[in-house]
Amino acid sequence: MNISESLVQKAESIFLRYPPEHREAALIPVMFEAQREFGCITPEAERWVADIVGVSLVKVREVLTFYSMFRTTPVGKYHIQFCHNIACCLAGAEDLQAHIEKKLGIRNGETTTDGMFTLSYVECLGGCAWAPMMIVNEEQYYQLTPARLDQIIDGFRAGKPVMADQPTPLRGNVGEKAGQ
Amino acid sequence: MSATPNVSGGVRFLSRNFGLPGQTGIESAMKRGAYEMLKRAVAMKPEDVTALVKASGLRGHGGAGFSAGMKWSFVPKDKFPRYVCVNADESEPGTCKDRLILEYDPHLLLEGALICAFAVQAERIYIYIRGEYFYPWRVMEQAIAEARAKGLIGQNILGTGWSCDVQLATGAGQYICGEETGLIESLEGKKGWPRLKPPFYPAAIGLWGKPTIVNNVETLSFVPRIFEIGAEAFAGMGSPKNGGTGLFSLSGCVKNPGVYELPMGTPLQTLLYDLGGGICGNRKLKALIPGGSSSHILKAEECENLKLDFESVAAAGSMLGSAAVMAIDESVSIPRLTLWMARFYAHESCGQCTPCREGTGWILRLVTRILEGRGRKRDVDDLFQIADNIDGKTICALGQAVAWPTKSYVTKFRHEFDALVKE
Repeated sequence: MNISESLVQKAESIFLRYPPEHREAALIPVMFEAQREFGCITPEAERWVADIVGVSLVKVREVLTFYSMFRTTPVGKYHIQFCHNIACCLAGAEDLQAHIEKKLGIRNGETTTDGMFTLSYVECLGGCAWAPMMIVNEEQYYQLTPARLDQIIDGFRAGKPVMADQPTPLRGNVGEKAGQ
Repeated sequence: MSATPNVSGGVRFLSRNFGLPGQTGIESAMKRGAYEMLKRAVAMKPEDVTALVKASGLRGHGGAGFSAGMKWSFVPKDKFPRYVCVNADESEPGTCKDRLILEYDPHLLLEGALICAFAVQAERIYIYIRGEYFYPWRVMEQAIAEARAKGLIGQNILGTGWSCDVQLATGAGQYICGEETGLIESLEGKKGWPRLKPPFYPAAIGLWGKPTIVNNVETLSFVPRIFEIGAEAFAGMGSPKNGGTGLFSLSGCVKNPGVYELPMGTPLQTLLYDLGGGICGNRKLKALIPGGSSSHILKAEECENLKLDFESVAAAGSMLGSAAVMAIDESVSIPRLTLWMARFYAHESCGQCTPCREGTGWILRLVTRILEGRGRKRDVDDLFQIADNIDGKTICALGQAVAWPTKSYVTKFRHEFDALVKE
């Protein structure tokens, strides 16, 4: 496994966020950087993280298996994290689940054969008032409908991604002065 | 300056800068007065800053509603270094208000956190943002860099001799890391297992064993506003024992879901009907979850005269929690709602305490079986019993977060469960 110079530099800059005697506090952000570089935390990546942070291998494993955003197998080019928690389900997420599974031809946890999409159902993404919602890689999409889902997925397939909702659209009285 | 009422009955006090074009940059934020209150605070004695916040009646908006000033005053006098942790791990289903502060007014949060750090003489602030909040992270990263460049973060802030650094920390997808000791464990680079307490609260023994104040994003963002209008005026804005306003995330079966700012103690009807536009499809309200998924459900008739503050919601038999109001209309099946709720807690239980680890999964399996038509009559009683055996028997509040809703769903909507089970 080749470790890039930029990954090492990223890790070094993360260590600066913590007092030098608490270097192990950098474990989670360093693991995120490793995951970004390798697509998932492989056994080799685990060992590299343990070495650079200065913690035991079992400690890395403990953190790796505890947090839901770390993964040990790669995902497709676009990782769809689709929320199916209370607010999203009240807004029709269960029907949308059927729609997206049919559209992609995959179920929860699976990746399309062309390696483009991985579908993961997740528990609450903190966008309840803009439900149903999903995150694709690091971008957020709100108020999903079957038509909007089609548009987003077709956009990725065509290499022309649909603009994500950034920042969160203002709704409610906090949005009125902005004319939204 | 007091809160500006707006046409539909809400107020713009904390949220007054949300949505202004180009407003997240420090230059425009400072033109609108950002960091003026920090200047005022650092000219005071730290203990007077704490006293002012205490007098304002500001309570935690993260869920527990504990007095913020009181929490700050628990820091032991002789222990250094000290830390402030900003809890931006918003992850209780229904709650989605803090992200608006992070995305639209990052300098308001930074100013509030710095005032808190000055009050407790902390040397470092960690802002712990949940892993899925990618965009809020980018905005905060930018805001911190700008404030550092202006000398508002770092050595000898505003010439006072006090130094404080601010750093971002990330969660990685675990609800329990929003619990203050779970958050601290996670920040230290471990799995976020909540710590046993009492006797030790983070204010005395927190991050790396040092005194640590953990406050929610919204709570800290109120601090500059309190300095602006004074403690007395702030206390006068809400209802008794509930100072100021609050951001209410309204979701579920309403026509206009969104985040609304309202004075504490505002009638629920104002939020639900005047602002929220009423129930979808002109259906009737069946039930209401007033404070995030962990709160007891209220039947429609139980919330007719409900006021939105900590005491009133508690008197109605539930809790205001993180002020996440979720409306349930008559078309929603409560057993189905139980499934969605139980799936969350079974997924998020950290596994440290047996009643929660085993019980959450048990509740999920039982309700799944009931919904699939394979339930037995005694399963409904078992649901209640299992929940009751988790309640109060765990280190942190996740246990009761699944026990309370389960018990209240089963008790108040028993007939819906019974209709699904065989003899």
